[in-house]
Amino acid sequence: MGFVKGLQCKECKRSYAKKPIHVCEFCFGPLEIVYDYEGIKEAISRDSIEAGPKSIWRYRELLPIDGEPTVGKHVGFTPLLRGENLGKVLGLTNLYIKNDSVNHPTLSFKDRVVSVAVTKAKEFGYDTVACASTGNLANSVAAHAAEAGLKSYIFIPSDLESGKVLGTLIYGTTLVGVRGNYDDVNRLCSEIAANYKWAFVNITIRPYYGDGSKTFGYEIAEQLGWRAPDHIIVPVAGSSLITKVWMALKEFEQLGLIDTVKTKIYAAQATGCSPVTTAIKNGAEFIKPVKPHTIAKSIAIGNPADGYYGIKTVVESGGYGEDVSDEEIVEGMKLLARTEGIFTETAGGVTVSVTKKLIEQGRIKRDDLTVISITGNGLKTQEAVENSIGELTVIDPRIGSFQKTFNIEEEK
Amino acid sequence: MAKLKVHLTFSGETIKRPLIYEIGQEFKVVTNIRKANVDGKTGWVDLEITGEGEEIDRAVEALKEKGVRVDPIEGDVIEG
Repeated sequence: MGFVKGLQCKECKRSYAKKPIHVCEFCFGPLEIVYDYEGIKEAISRDSIEAGPKSIWRYRELLPIDGEPTVGKHVGFTPLLRGENLGKVLGLTNLYIKNDSVNHPTLSFKDRVVSVAVTKAKEFGYDTVACASTGNLANSVAAHAAEAGLKSYIFIPSDLESGKVLGTLIYGTTLVGVRGNYDDVNRLCSEIAANYKWAFVNITIRPYYGDGSKTFGYEIAEQLGWRAPDHIIVPVAGSSLITKVWMALKEFEQLGLIDTVKTKIYAAQATGCSPVTTAIKNGAEFIKPVKPHTIAKSIAIGNPADGYYGIKTVVESGGYGEDVSDEEIVEGMKLLARTEGIFTETAGGVTVSVTKKLIEQGRIKRDDLTVISITGNGLKTQEAVENSIGELTVIDPRIGSFQKTFNIEEEK
Repeated sequence: MAKLKVHLTFSGETIKRPLIYEIGQEFKVVTNIRKANVDGKTGWVDLEITGEGEEIDRAVEALKEKGVRVDPIEGDVIEG
């Protein structure tokens, strides 16, 4: 049995029954899930959570499903690593890395939201799920639909690089390339979502989908020994993750699972697509849409759906927003790989390099408990670093050739 | 009859012109403003457009030609 009371408009607070809807009929504001926190407080404790499965489903009472999870049973509970080597380089003594680059099954944090969304889609009785994505979300929806035995449609711009479609097509999905630019694809998908009885995960059932992101925040708090850190640096695309990480900590606080939350939340973007951090820096309440131009394609959303709420989260928590150039993104990826042995995608390069900037600005101090969010795997975006990581050294198959090339004496 | 919910962004000269009125006159669509924030320089409007599918498409194209940015109400739905 679940603890969802219904839905509510984030703007006008109008209530709705538990249905597959995402926009308020009256003011067009986004809808969010309303939970029965009194009931949840009685049902869970630190002990009960710790005794649960090593996956996001250890927090199932705080997720918007009614029955048992049916898809993605091994998603989540990814490592929270003590980043001692990276900390030394950055000048931090208390640094942690939340590593969703090894999330099961498709190696990004999207598995969290999609497993919740597809479980919910099955509860609602849908036979088809869909999304519009150029990478991680597409992989995850196709994989979870396959596991669930549901049909899936994935929409992409028709000129997307062939390498990016392979990791989605392998799951047997229907991959649809749409002629036109990103704006055209966006509008078509919005219209399709409105006119077909499909679970378009980030449109039709967005309130349920989004809450899967809360587990990223729950895990950070639990893995730190039931406490909230001083700082969390979060990559920002549509701004859903950053708002849900904050919500997760506030929920844990409300439920008495952790002490008062004093965490500062930081939005990290690429300078080539930084509508949220630009608004934060300018003290603006609303974002100004931009045309993305960055190598950090997994977070290149020019008109973020939850941008307003992302800004609000950062301001409310006392954090800040910062962005970095493509060169800094590559440097961040290399730094993480060469200090901690983690190959992250471009979004991870963004959070690492933004953290460096925040330290230089004095916003993060040496001994502060700091968590860097790593949300995707570098193996998917190898083109981002292919020209900046050195070259293969070729030698003849003789020991002399090896010694001559590397100037290393034989060990006696 | 189809319905389309859009988020319009106005800037520069477009802020002064009655563009929503104009598409209601030029095409067989009904426009219904649900939320807006407009000042002297910039502004946005959440709008519902009702009509036949093709008329809605034409009205949206006309808004874009008149210099208005037209986005789905959900914002960008293509994710990484």
